[in-house]
Amino acid sequence: MTTASAAQQFVNVGERTNVTGSAKFRKLIEADDYAAALAVARQQVESGAQIIDVNMDEGLLDSEKAMETFLNLIASEPDISRVPIMIDSSKWSVIEAGLKCVQGKAIVNSISMKEGEEPFLEQARKVRNYGAAVVVMAFDETGQAETAERKVAISERAYKLLTEKVGFPPEDIIFDPNIFAVATGIEEHNDYGVAFIEAAREIKKRMPLVHISGGVSNLSFSFRGNEPVRQAMHSVFLYHAIQAGMDMGIVNAGQLTLYDDIPEELRTLCEDVILNRNDDGTEGLLEAAPRFKGDGSVKQTKADLTWREGAVNQRLTHALVHGINEFIEEDTELARQDADKPLEVIEGPLMDGMNVVGDLFGAGKMFLPQVVKSARVMKQAVAYLQPYLEEEKRRSGLENKPSAGKILMATVKGDVHDIGKNIVGVVLQCNNYEVIDLGVMVPAAKILEAAKKEKADVIGLSGLITPSLDEMCFVAAEMEREGFACPLLIGGATTSRVHTAVKINPNYDKGQTVYVLDASRAVGVVSKLMSDNDSAPYIQSIKDEYETVRTKHLAAELKKKRISLADARANKFAIDWSQTQPTKPTFLGTKILKKYPLSDLVETIDWTPFFQTWELKGRYPRILDDNKVGAEARKLLGDAKAMLKRMVEENWVTANAVIGFWPAESEGDDIRLFGDETRSEEIAMLHTLRQQIARDPTRDRAHTALADFIAPKDSGVADYIGGFAVTTGLGDEAALEARFDKTDDYNRIMFKALCDRLAEALAERMHARVRKEFWGYATDEALSNDDLIAEKYNGIRPAPGYPAQPDHTEKATLWKLLDVEAQANIKLTESFAMWPAASVSGLYFSHPESHYFGVGKVERDQVADYAQRKSWEVHQAERWLAPVLNYSPQVRKKSVA
Amino acid sequence: MTIKGSAATLEEAAQNRILIMDGAMGTMIQRYKLDEAGYRGERFKDWGQDVKGNNDLLVLTQPDIIYDIHSAYFEAGADLAETNTFNAQTISMADYGMEELSYELNVEAAKIARKAADDWSTKTPDQPRFVAGAVGPTNRTASISPDVNNPEFRNVNFDTLREAYKEQVMGLLEGGVDVILIETIFDTLNAKAAGFATLEAFEEKGLSLPILISGTITDRSGRTLSGQTAEAFWYSIRHLKPFSVGLNCALGAELMRPYLAELSNIADVRISAYPNAGLPNEMGEYDQDPEDMAAALEPWAQDGLLNLVGGCCGSTPEHIRAIADRVSNHAPRAVPEIAPKLRLSGLEPFVHG
Repeated sequence: MTTASAAQQFVNVGERTNVTGSAKFRKLIEADDYAAALAVARQQVESGAQIIDVNMDEGLLDSEKAMETFLNLIASEPDISRVPIMIDSSKWSVIEAGLKCVQGKAIVNSISMKEGEEPFLEQARKVRNYGAAVVVMAFDETGQAETAERKVAISERAYKLLTEKVGFPPEDIIFDPNIFAVATGIEEHNDYGVAFIEAAREIKKRMPLVHISGGVSNLSFSFRGNEPVRQAMHSVFLYHAIQAGMDMGIVNAGQLTLYDDIPEELRTLCEDVILNRNDDGTEGLLEAAPRFKGDGSVKQTKADLTWREGAVNQRLTHALVHGINEFIEEDTELARQDADKPLEVIEGPLMDGMNVVGDLFGAGKMFLPQVVKSARVMKQAVAYLQPYLEEEKRRSGLENKPSAGKILMATVKGDVHDIGKNIVGVVLQCNNYEVIDLGVMVPAAKILEAAKKEKADVIGLSGLITPSLDEMCFVAAEMEREGFACPLLIGGATTSRVHTAVKINPNYDKGQTVYVLDASRAVGVVSKLMSDNDSAPYIQSIKDEYETVRTKHLAAELKKKRISLADARANKFAIDWSQTQPTKPTFLGTKILKKYPLSDLVETIDWTPFFQTWELKGRYPRILDDNKVGAEARKLLGDAKAMLKRMVEENWVTANAVIGFWPAESEGDDIRLFGDETRSEEIAMLHTLRQQIARDPTRDRAHTALADFIAPKDSGVADYIGGFAVTTGLGDEAALEARFDKTDDYNRIMFKALCDRLAEALAERMHARVRKEFWGYATDEALSNDDLIAEKYNGIRPAPGYPAQPDHTEKATLWKLLDVEAQANIKLTESFAMWPAASVSGLYFSHPESHYFGVGKVERDQVADYAQRKSWEVHQAERWLAPVLNYSPQVRKKSVA
Repeated sequence: MTIKGSAATLEEAAQNRILIMDGAMGTMIQRYKLDEAGYRGERFKDWGQDVKGNNDLLVLTQPDIIYDIHSAYFEAGADLAETNTFNAQTISMADYGMEELSYELNVEAAKIARKAADDWSTKTPDQPRFVAGAVGPTNRTASISPDVNNPEFRNVNFDTLREAYKEQVMGLLEGGVDVILIETIFDTLNAKAAGFATLEAFEEKGLSLPILISGTITDRSGRTLSGQTAEAFWYSIRHLKPFSVGLNCALGAELMRPYLAELSNIADVRISAYPNAGLPNEMGEYDQDPEDMAAALEPWAQDGLLNLVGGCCGSTPEHIRAIADRVSNHAPRAVPEIAPKLRLSGLEPFVHG
């Protein structure tokens, strides 16, 4: 999951209806002022809380009764009860009282194993029968978990019990690995932030379907009274914890500071403390805290009015991003005076500001509640302009003209976001369209019914959150079913041209679906759709465009599809080992061939790649007779042969080769090598990667890994593997400098190309000798040079870093086995490139069915598995396998090491 | 007596075809034009208050009529008959002072339906018949205050409902039903209590039968009486792992369709629908004729929305026969796989991730 979508999917649980966390709420409940208490709940939902936490744990209260009363009251308030409830108590009796009052599917917060397994299981079963999800605290018989290890261990134990003994669905389990106060001055507490973050990461890794939550305000307990510092700590903590997998949190939905807004110094200090980056982090933050305190309220940060000094457009953006409505009318008025028409203020500075909001939201730097605040400010600005827009219409005489068309708009069911839709509405109205706005959360049936009744010319759907995309598909399908034919416009933050073309459009054949990028395009699109002349060609152009998009997308999707590693392994390249008797090599261990005579190699050079170096396409020798490039090719070959002759005669470069053979057996996707025939001492483990591409199921092809070509231990077959490294590039630099002028590019390139060809030829030559002589499994092989080039022999010599094993780091194992650097004088750079460059290395496989293949792109499961086999962290594996990853790895923050 | 392995037989039948449920019980009882004495029979001739209209009582006083109605539905092609127990629990029976009879009513009702089903299973061995123990909504709601000035007040709560339902389900199990059908759900909290009670009863009896669930969308708001959307409703009762979920009552086929389609999109279990025979006319009668109702339902089957279908208020054996004729050629809906996500609800659904 990328950072951005992690932040967007983070669920805000409103924390203010909690008597232990909010003194204000506690006083209201104690005073029986439930009307005011309900207002607190409503404010939470309006500020973007997607779930509300209700807690009545107060010693002097009849908590069961208070829970029941408050939940019954909430049930009578549709504005509040539209969201799920989190029933929060440390007392089971209070939780059960709450569960008996909610018709929706709630969350129980929380149960734990602190009294042992039996009560835990008993409560979990009841939670399940009441139909709720559950928060499980990292708490067991010995106490609350403080270290990451214990948090993970307890969560895992609870997970097993819940899923195996109670049948709890994993996705209904939410772990709360305990957020404790940091910067308390007690050294053991310093690691509490890191412990939570690391535990979250590990829990998500081991149990990917579960969720991670926590009460964030505990974190900053030691800074009570210093709201700006507390808010900064919460914001910094969330920023890191969310990336680690925390996907739910009990927060004050109305009051989240923007990560980017925290003063640099404070942010660094908070990060020092939360990530426990240095020993005096606590001291640093404590020392600095008073400077950021202001008057102790959040208002202080708002009262920083330096942003008022900017230009009016910048001020509008600032107000939108920060959700400040104090000056919005004043600034809108100034912008209006600057503009020719009032509509330009909306289409210009206000839209620009909302785009910034969209970008920040997309980058994971704003949370939904903050976006909701921005939308409110935007609405206020638009409302302010409304009379001027009417006036403009009157003045231009548009008012008396018949409407240009009737547009029905709605934010789809399940979605409450309407700012974009409202802007589109305003823009269309200013262009003399009649707009019927059905508001937010509109079910398909209602949209269709209204469209019929109003005889709408166009229907527009809007949505901001991802589930809305499915709902739009559903509306389109319903329009098709009910025989609509009018155009359907799609817009909103998560919608896209591709989604519209691929997913929505195919549901609605009778009319055209059109994606509208932003409000500024709406009028253009609608006027073309409504025009007598332009409509048909316009619709045709959209149809063509969407068809292209769809075809491309489907092709790309197919290419991208991968099967699981387990499935790939189940379909490995199966060799019938009972039919195989591998030949034992003539020696085991290594053999060095120094100063290999270059003259032996000239005849075996494969010239086709040589011409590719010069960007001449065609196979040798046909290329010499090619109409276009034949003459050029012949000249090149002549020059090359002349230089080659001198290279050989004058020994410009030195060639070395080292080869080796070892007893081997495969184990899964790995190959184990032994020191001798007793096969008792493992001297190395080679790791291979397996194909995961999802193929057309009708084509029965294996998902191959190199390990498939070596007999597994349980086959009882004694198999072997070989390895080699050769070079023809020793002394190449000296030869180059001594013989060619620096500006003589032609000959310098020629020389390097010939070194490369010689290296390949030496590798080929050694491979042939290995087959016939050193390993000797094909002593009677007699092939022409062409047949050799066409690889018409048994066995392969794949190289690490090439398609059959894309991981370059495997060369390190080979280098150790063959002692390449000492024996053949070829070095490995830190990125595992060979030096000199005219070198070739690889493995020898002898089985007749072994063949070259490409591993292709691999999925997360294989990368994780491979990392484990190589004793790497997953991010290391992702780094070395970057070119073959079938996904974008998570951006890794250095600071959360 | 329960047919051995009826759950597996039902499962198999549902794989192969759209199952036919029965139609209205009340509408059929009206045809007999019973008077007060007819309802009372011999046993209750001296009962202290009027009992006319207590349809559930007829399983004791007019068992033959109830048997005949079940038989008529089976003859029309129904696979599944509902016991005549819509109101057979202490809360509703209080209207007639007959709380004490609740358990007995359920046992007897189940036995009558069981006999009718077994008789028809014998007659048509290739079409086994099943009995659904009908569990209605009661006449009270746990989520809504009956007093507008006192919104936190409730005239029934979860525990009272749970006890009443448990007794009812115990009676139905004793009488030999094949499945439990929690139906006409106006208020999901009532249904959750019924579900909780059903699980308790199963545990006590040491068995586990399929649970069928059917909610009621009351009008074009697309919501239950207690305010939930169809999707939110599904998430609230999904933990019961029902055999099927669906909608019945309140709406005719035309108006029910969008909400059923909504459920069909998100429910990874079978879908059932038994709408009313149209909407009531000026006289409060349902007058959609069998052909019209069947014609309205056939496209649902065609579009792959249905696993079980039948009728609610106003429907008769003629309606069921017409529906069975029309849908029998269509394959049952394929149950989709739904991504495992945290799916919560208030009045509206909330899906995490």
